[in-house]
Amino acid sequence: MMIEDLQKISDAERAEAQKYEHHVHVCMETACIASRSDQVKQALTEAAERAGKPCRVKGVGCMGLCSAGPLVKVEPDGTMYKGVTPEDADEIVQKLGDSPVSRLECDTNVPFFQRQVKIVLENSGEIDPERIEDYVARDGYLALYTALTTMTPSEVIAQVAKSGLRGRGGAGFSTGLKWTTVAKSPGERKFVICNADEGDPGAFMDRSVLEGDPHAILEGMTIAGYAVGASQGYIYVRAEYPLAVERLKIAIRQAKRLGVLGENICGTTFSFNVDIRLGAGAFVCGEETALIASIEGRMGQPRPRPPYPAEHGLWGYPTLINNVESYANIVPIMRKGADWFSAIGTEKSKGTKVFALTGCIENTGLIEVPMGISLREIVFDIGGGIPDGKKFKAVQTGGPSGGCIPEEHLDMPVDFESLLQIGSFMGSGGMIVMDETSNMVDVAKYFMEFCMTESCGKCVPCRVGTAQMYDLLDKLTKNEATMADLQLLERLCDVVKYTSLCGLGQGAPNPVLSTLRYFRHEYLARIQEANHEAAFLTD
Amino acid sequence: MKQPSSRIKTLKIDGQDVGAHEDETVLEVARENGIFIPTLCELEGLSPHGGCRLCLVEVKGINKLLPACVTYVEEGMEVTTNSTRLQEYRRTILELIFSEGNHICSVCVANGHCDLQSLAQKLGMYHVSVPYRHPRRSVDASHERFALDRNRCILCTRCVRVCDEIEGAHTWDVSGRGIEAHIVTDLNQPWGESETCTSCGKCVNVCPTGALFEKGKAVAEMAKKRGFLPYLTLMREKRTR
Repeated sequence: MMIEDLQKISDAERAEAQKYEHHVHVCMETACIASRSDQVKQALTEAAERAGKPCRVKGVGCMGLCSAGPLVKVEPDGTMYKGVTPEDADEIVQKLGDSPVSRLECDTNVPFFQRQVKIVLENSGEIDPERIEDYVARDGYLALYTALTTMTPSEVIAQVAKSGLRGRGGAGFSTGLKWTTVAKSPGERKFVICNADEGDPGAFMDRSVLEGDPHAILEGMTIAGYAVGASQGYIYVRAEYPLAVERLKIAIRQAKRLGVLGENICGTTFSFNVDIRLGAGAFVCGEETALIASIEGRMGQPRPRPPYPAEHGLWGYPTLINNVESYANIVPIMRKGADWFSAIGTEKSKGTKVFALTGCIENTGLIEVPMGISLREIVFDIGGGIPDGKKFKAVQTGGPSGGCIPEEHLDMPVDFESLLQIGSFMGSGGMIVMDETSNMVDVAKYFMEFCMTESCGKCVPCRVGTAQMYDLLDKLTKNEATMADLQLLERLCDVVKYTSLCGLGQGAPNPVLSTLRYFRHEYLARIQEANHEAAFLTD
Repeated sequence: MKQPSSRIKTLKIDGQDVGAHEDETVLEVARENGIFIPTLCELEGLSPHGGCRLCLVEVKGINKLLPACVTYVEEGMEVTTNSTRLQEYRRTILELIFSEGNHICSVCVANGHCDLQSLAQKLGMYHVSVPYRHPRRSVDASHERFALDRNRCILCTRCVRVCDEIEGAHTWDVSGRGIEAHIVTDLNQPWGESETCTSCGKCVNVCPTGALFEKGKAVAEMAKKRGFLPYLTLMREKRTR
């Protein structure tokens, strides 16, 4: 594979695209397929054939507004249709090049689409994730080729470091620093792992990236492999994402055939292979040391760090482990430069962040916004506010390790530091909006139940502490708790937070702590209610 | 396992200046110098587990508490092993352990010979302020000589490790997750039907509580024989790390 070959594929693909006057993009991701987008695509293909129009129907990745699916986009005019059914196919094809079908039209001139900045999702909704040619036609694998043929591994790392990219898995560790550490760690072999064990309730960013643009991950991982000196990569993806797994398998096969993955990539001496490992449904396997244990075939339990995987990882070798979204940022950074990337975002948090916007919000779906945007803009402008005239109450970020952010902090910029400061956590990008009907004690109980059932059971504070805290929260929601119970809950939060072995236990008290911080009155109301009931019974 | 080439580090533990090989843990160095750090899952000669969290210590300049059993010494480190905060955390962790199972010393074969019991006494855990969970757990008395009472198990995994690492049988394992986790023999078969168990009894003797015991022992009669442990350590030292 040489640059000319890539160019040839790219030219052929573009020439093929030019043959068609109209391009109809149908979302073929899990959410839209669940509302029959596969049938819509079939119907559109048949309708186009019947009508004899110069039109190409293409399955693409997520276009963002999942709540309005199945989504169909018509290029070049950019008309977006929502809630399309197979029965609408003929009408849509008929109206191609004419005025759009107004009853299905989805206004794209709204903040939901306008305020987003697409870096990670640049190809999502544009390319067919099952065809490598489509990816190549959008300059795919060019960054890899350039890195392999014109840059040294340390130059690649320097560029990633200069971009200011921080890990998108949640904690925000500097990606460049992590790569440097792995590159400098001595070892006969090294490994690159992509953590695709996305498990936070309400989060589906990584799934969308994998389903919509799998080659971006492969390319990012291969560049990482070159930079740190690894020749083997693993994508650890949860088995609950069958479509993502399928598309990754197709992508790996195609990339190997093209010579951009496997032995002697792009005609160089660099070889890199990627294999898929499936998670078996344990949330804790998203924790890096548990994930590594799981790949090794052992029980998915974390071990104390240090040593960090960068030094002592998979089978004891230096291992680079990054999240899906982190790898997805690599290709744009290599292609457009570190300065371009670091110009986006805030001083300490560069680039964009993908969020899965869910809950009591008008526009549910996938968004990518620059770091530093305020929560208010996300909830009320992009998200379209709270439906049915209800009042906003809180937004939950960071999954089960995160916290609930009330109205008063909505003007906070979204970046790693600010969210920590207000008792939440960036996390991987789940964002659950709650309206006034949500009770925060119930919310805390829900997340505690999640942590309790997902605790691996290795360390005492997490294993027993989460179960005890869950029981106390259960008592609170049943109006049976006393002030002493609340004090005990707070004491346990402190112990579990500071003595647990891994991030799951250390983060488990956060939903309780943040709701206690901002909605303490709701806890007290439950206790008061309990007192009333007790008084009534003794009377 | 102290390699002759390993470098020497100096550090402070509870204000006391100590010297150590770089491949020693804070726990090892503390013990050498007569400084007590409580432990439950740790057992010299077995691989570290890091699960009981009782050996957590404070290290100056580091935000997090670190488990002494897996934290290696570093030059200039300043370790605090017994602050008020650590004492409180340790007592709460013990309370959590007591609340989790059914630990009734007065009827236990290991009464008076129990690591959990003596640690509770030593750390001043006089009562349990978290609600007892009173789980219904099974007892496996199918083995000819030994028995397992899961009600007294604290999931330290000493049995799992000694069986795997020293005896080489790997009869024991942990099944389930979180509060449901429990130890099993073979693939959750009765102990007496285990095809891998060599009946060596190492698991019984390393068990810190009365969860694993010899049949025929009455209350307070199950003294654990750990005399063979120095040999275990020796055996491990001959292995490469």
